[in-house]
Amino acid sequence: MFDSLADKLQGALQDVRGRGTLTESDVAAAMREIRLALLEADVNFKVVKEFTAAVRERALGADVIGRLNPGQQVVKIVSDELTELMGGAARDLSFSPRPPTIVVMAGLQGSGKTTATAKLARYLREQHSSSVAVAACDVQRPAAVDQLIKVGRQAGAEVYEQGTDRDPVEIAKWARDRAIAEGKDVLIIDTSGRLHIDRELMDELKRIKQTVKPHAVLLVVDAMTGQDAVSVAEQFGEVTGFDGVVMTKLDGDARGGAALSVKAITGKPILFASTGEKLDQFERFHPDRMAQRILGMGDVMTLIEKAQGAYDEREAAQLERKLRKAQFGLDDFLEQLRQVRRLGPLQSLLGLIPGVDKELRNVRVDERDFDRIQAIILSMTPQERRHPELINGSRRVRIARGSGTNVQAVKALIKQFEQMRKLMRQVSQGRMPDLGALLGQAGAPTRLGR
Amino acid sequence: MARDWSDLFILDGGQAAPQPEAAEAEGGRVGGRFRRLRENLRKTRQALAAEVQATLFEDPNEETWERLEEALIYADVGARTTAQVVSALEQEATAGTVSGGPELTERLVELLAEKARTGEDRIDLRAKPTVVLIAGVNGTGKTTTAGKLAWHLRQQLGLSVVLGAADTFRAAGIEQLEVWAQRAGVAFVSRAAGSDPGAVAYDAVDAGRRGGADVVLIDTAGRLHTQHELMAELAKVSRVVAKQIPQAPHETLLTVDATTGQNGLRQARLFSEAVPVSGLVLTKLDGTAKGGIALAIAQELGLPVKLIGVGEGLEDLRPFEPTEFARALVAG
Repeated sequence: MFDSLADKLQGALQDVRGRGTLTESDVAAAMREIRLALLEADVNFKVVKEFTAAVRERALGADVIGRLNPGQQVVKIVSDELTELMGGAARDLSFSPRPPTIVVMAGLQGSGKTTATAKLARYLREQHSSSVAVAACDVQRPAAVDQLIKVGRQAGAEVYEQGTDRDPVEIAKWARDRAIAEGKDVLIIDTSGRLHIDRELMDELKRIKQTVKPHAVLLVVDAMTGQDAVSVAEQFGEVTGFDGVVMTKLDGDARGGAALSVKAITGKPILFASTGEKLDQFERFHPDRMAQRILGMGDVMTLIEKAQGAYDEREAAQLERKLRKAQFGLDDFLEQLRQVRRLGPLQSLLGLIPGVDKELRNVRVDERDFDRIQAIILSMTPQERRHPELINGSRRVRIARGSGTNVQAVKALIKQFEQMRKLMRQVSQGRMPDLGALLGQAGAPTRLGR
Repeated sequence: MARDWSDLFILDGGQAAPQPEAAEAEGGRVGGRFRRLRENLRKTRQALAAEVQATLFEDPNEETWERLEEALIYADVGARTTAQVVSALEQEATAGTVSGGPELTERLVELLAEKARTGEDRIDLRAKPTVVLIAGVNGTGKTTTAGKLAWHLRQQLGLSVVLGAADTFRAAGIEQLEVWAQRAGVAFVSRAAGSDPGAVAYDAVDAGRRGGADVVLIDTAGRLHTQHELMAELAKVSRVVAKQIPQAPHETLLTVDATTGQNGLRQARLFSEAVPVSGLVLTKLDGTAKGGIALAIAQELGLPVKLIGVGEGLEDLRPFEPTEFARALVAG
């Protein structure tokens, strides 16, 4: 997400990190780099000014903490300030004690409201087992109602719609009454995209708010937004008020300075992050982790959570036993691959791992490589999967044909597997594997770099 | 002075596009409401911009340049292009070649407009049919742009247009474009949702050739420039069209949302790697965003802005005019 900003800041602080003492000109130089990096990341220039001033003051204030050297101290200060600016711990949507909890989605055209509405509906249904309804109040954009009907149903929500001829305020009121009558836990109201300076439409949003009295108004903000994010948030805040932010399109390579700006200027928390086109690519926004990530420390917590969700503990224990007995076969290898893929696209996982540098993060992972590996393994007999050493020339030809690949691919896979098995044996016998030698001869598994 | 539509298009045998007066009269039916809206917007915008402009060049000193820098950064021009423009102006002011508030302001506008002026900024419609591909990131206004452009070509220039719905991915994307096709009164080509966008493009060009259409407009699905497979899909759509007509697509327009920050440059770069982008449509300029990223894109990639979007109405698409744009960047 914020990869590029992390790189820039790392560059700015590299010298500071490596040295024991910190001069005033060191601080000044670091601040210049940080300023530039933040501006390039679309952080609002007023926020940048305040941020660098705060970091400078604390850096020069010399309140020595524990055993940190001054360089580490600057990194820590930047990290602390960034965490604070991003809004501390993750926040959740607060529910009304008397359902339905009503949420109104608002934002500019094209920020992703309709998609976010469906994603939020799915999220609340999965995470809180809520019964959710969504209301189609975007009567402006052609076919917006059709879109919500489709994605809303995919999300498992009931879709309340009355076409495009009625006044959105009336539709919202009708939807609220219906949600109450039908005993829904949550009602999410999708509204038209509107410009923050369009009085007529902002007034309409205000009337929707006054009529349905929502528990939360969420502002949907595109992560690619530039300096204007602040005036958008300010105007929405002034005219209709909002309680939290949904950042969308965070799966792109935008540095996402808008997130920092909006939080800093309005003080409203960023609640959710939308990270892809699929409905389940939607998660709670973790400001504290994001700050760590900006500094290039990786987002370990997110990775761990993802892994916990996807990994089956029983299978893991079984695997460990097999490893000890050196019975690890291609079937197990395939199972491992499946476990990893359950975590999500490998491309997005790479960004979460600490220490993964820019080059590797930009590597394009061809997910089809996994499909090919799977096809090859599935074209083997169970016997061959347990004992790959059985596979000779004619078996290789058969497997290649069966999997729609070629003999070279089959050979390469088996070689990789043998190396991996060797490595695992070393690990399970308590010896440190010779990683350098392994990488040297084998290259990265599954043709990562191309 | 705004550039006319007649300056934007290159038509057969010097045939001039209808005069803007005639266009205005025809658009009058829908004009009333939007004109009011625009005036409404202009007032608010002026109120928001006032603080930047007031004291800019009264007595040029270090703070002047810093504030100018901030004004350009605030317009999303980006640190690099901003530094170039500001230092150029500062040098001229120090050398004494320009002096005084009004003169400095004019020179600044000139410098910015120079940066915006690049490449071929017209759209050549002489090929029959001319194939125009519209691409861009999700939510930047591709479908709206396709609809408005179709309306203009049909209703103002009297050309026959085929609108192809190659956005088969987004739920109801096809329906949205169909509504625009009806409004514009142009032919519409689509396939079922989820179909291969290349096949839709093929059908659209095929229909255009058979029916002797002047222009085939192809709307594509929104995609993030980082989605490798989707970019490959877009490249395929372009290739499919090129197989039918070797010079096609004659025009590939990239929609860029004016609220986009520095990421816009990445978008333009990566889209250009996938398809032969020939110009930008800078959309949503009716808000408070200035669209300064277009300057950085023109500067770094030599891609001109051809059209701007200033609202949701049918006539809210306009030819881009560099000087006017530059003035708006600094004046609000």
